[in-house]
Amino acid sequence: MRPATTGKVFGMITIKDVEHVAKLARLELTPQERELFAEQLSKIIDAFDELKDVQTDGIEPMSHAIPMPNALREDEVVTPPGHESLLKNAPDREGVFFKVPKIGD
Amino acid sequence: MTELVGRSISELKKLLAEKSVSAREILSAHWKQVHALDPEIKAFTCLTEERAQKQAARVDELIARGEALPALAGIPVAIKDNICVADYPTTCSSKILESFIAPYEATVAQKLDAAGALFIGKTNMDEFAMGSSTENSAFKKTANPWDVSRVPGGSSGGSTASVAAGMAVLALGSDTGGSIRQPAAFCGVSGMKPTYGMVSRFGLVAFASSLDQIGPLARSVEDTAIALSVISGHDKKDSTSIPDPFKNQGPRFEESLAQEPDKLMKGLRVGVITELVGEGIEPEIVSSIRAAAAVFEKLGAKVTDVSLPNSKYALPVYYLIATAEASANLARYDGVKYGLRETEGTAKDSILQMYKSTRSKGFGAEVKRRIMLGTYALSSGYYDAYYKKAQQVRRLIKNDFDKVFESCDVLISPTSPTVAFKIGEKTDDPLSMYLSDIATIPANLAGLPGISIPAGLGKDKLPIGLQILGNTLSDEVVLKVAHAFQQSTDFHNRQFPGLATVG
Repeated sequence: MRPATTGKVFGMITIKDVEHVAKLARLELTPQERELFAEQLSKIIDAFDELKDVQTDGIEPMSHAIPMPNALREDEVVTPPGHESLLKNAPDREGVFFKVPKIGD
Repeated sequence: MTELVGRSISELKKLLAEKSVSAREILSAHWKQVHALDPEIKAFTCLTEERAQKQAARVDELIARGEALPALAGIPVAIKDNICVADYPTTCSSKILESFIAPYEATVAQKLDAAGALFIGKTNMDEFAMGSSTENSAFKKTANPWDVSRVPGGSSGGSTASVAAGMAVLALGSDTGGSIRQPAAFCGVSGMKPTYGMVSRFGLVAFASSLDQIGPLARSVEDTAIALSVISGHDKKDSTSIPDPFKNQGPRFEESLAQEPDKLMKGLRVGVITELVGEGIEPEIVSSIRAAAAVFEKLGAKVTDVSLPNSKYALPVYYLIATAEASANLARYDGVKYGLRETEGTAKDSILQMYKSTRSKGFGAEVKRRIMLGTYALSSGYYDAYYKKAQQVRRLIKNDFDKVFESCDVLISPTSPTVAFKIGEKTDDPLSMYLSDIATIPANLAGLPGISIPAGLGKDKLPIGLQILGNTLSDEVVLKVAHAFQQSTDFHNRQFPGLATVG
């Protein structure tokens, strides 16, 4: 699934890259947006190029600032807000279900 | 009636306790301020009038019965529109959530309510907190009360402007890369990002979960401390909330401030971050920070220059990690469960097209740009080069802080490289907007507490912010140092020129 680029890891983002990433992100871009994002994202990624000079061999990636164990709790019954209060915001519903357009064939 | 706008929490509470004013009167004085100023400032996206009236009535009942008043009794509070207040809109200033009504209440809002606060309204912000000027709101542009042709900063621009303009005594913001501290600097108020995990994020709409933190904005450090005592503490509804940070004693930050400034500063070691007092920072701002360092020295602190060599990479690290996390967090806006659903022009039976149309219509340009950047950084073939690399450099930045905090209690720097810029000045150049966060981002990456307080006026008489950073969980030390500064200077008492004319 690798986007079609020149193979260079840091570098320009092409219109094709933008189309691919937009597809992954479930966004539909206008031709103008595609061009603008290709230009702006290229600039941003180019500015971030300096990161590749940092020596990070053996450095453990940090996903969280404060190391914490899993937060566990007692398996106790609680009262959830209930269907009605949560379905109030639904764009479309049928009974106690969210209604969506057909998924697949 | 006594002038009620522009007062501190302790002044208002004293008036209430003496029964010389009622909570209803405090509330109506602030409504008057809102109605007079907000048409121009545009800080609020929605006013929570009914709720505030109920809250004021409750406080007045307590007074009538002679009961003890809780910490924020009768204090008007503004709440950023990414924090849920039950039965009111939570829009994140986005079209995709324009119709969303919060079905439950954020833990911080519950705590404010229990402490007797009066909810004035929900405040404007950069869409999904993505921005540094509040210009990315889908609804309106908030103006800086000091100069309405300038931005209030962001993303908590509405909250900050409401406090600066006397429309609220306190406000809640959220800070992912500086979104409380940078607007506090631009609007001349105090704004604090607590240690990550000190304040529950339950009910805060997620942007970048490993960086987001809720915090208070106020016109003094003392009021900031009172608010932080109310909203902090462990919450089992937030799995990243720090268990028992206060050993069951409950935080009383304001009590630790009740000392002379030289006592507060005695023996403290203050480091000036050299990378943030040089190139790229306006010279008048550097001078203000050096002058602040001299104030601390005079109060008995030991001041040294310190270096955080990897902090120069903080900007790319932040924008890769924050956008990656955002691209995942914002995947939930798909038109299924809440918010906008766009089906126009799509085949009735295509859910994929519904997702795409909804997201494309509902998100603004900056949000799309960041989702794209984050998706790219996480995509196959780029993950190691961008996302993993950024996480590794994030650790190097944290290591720098760990090392410096062996010999320092707090670090100081400018909050922002510039004073408030003009509306429209940076909207066409995302990268130059991102640079606005250069001094605030490192604390988010490392999870550290930080505050911005006024440190003088720069060109065009615009406020300059002093940032004070502390080590993990040393929020109290940060507040003490900030308070000592305010006890020794009067920068925080300078109000924007229009405040005295209303009320």
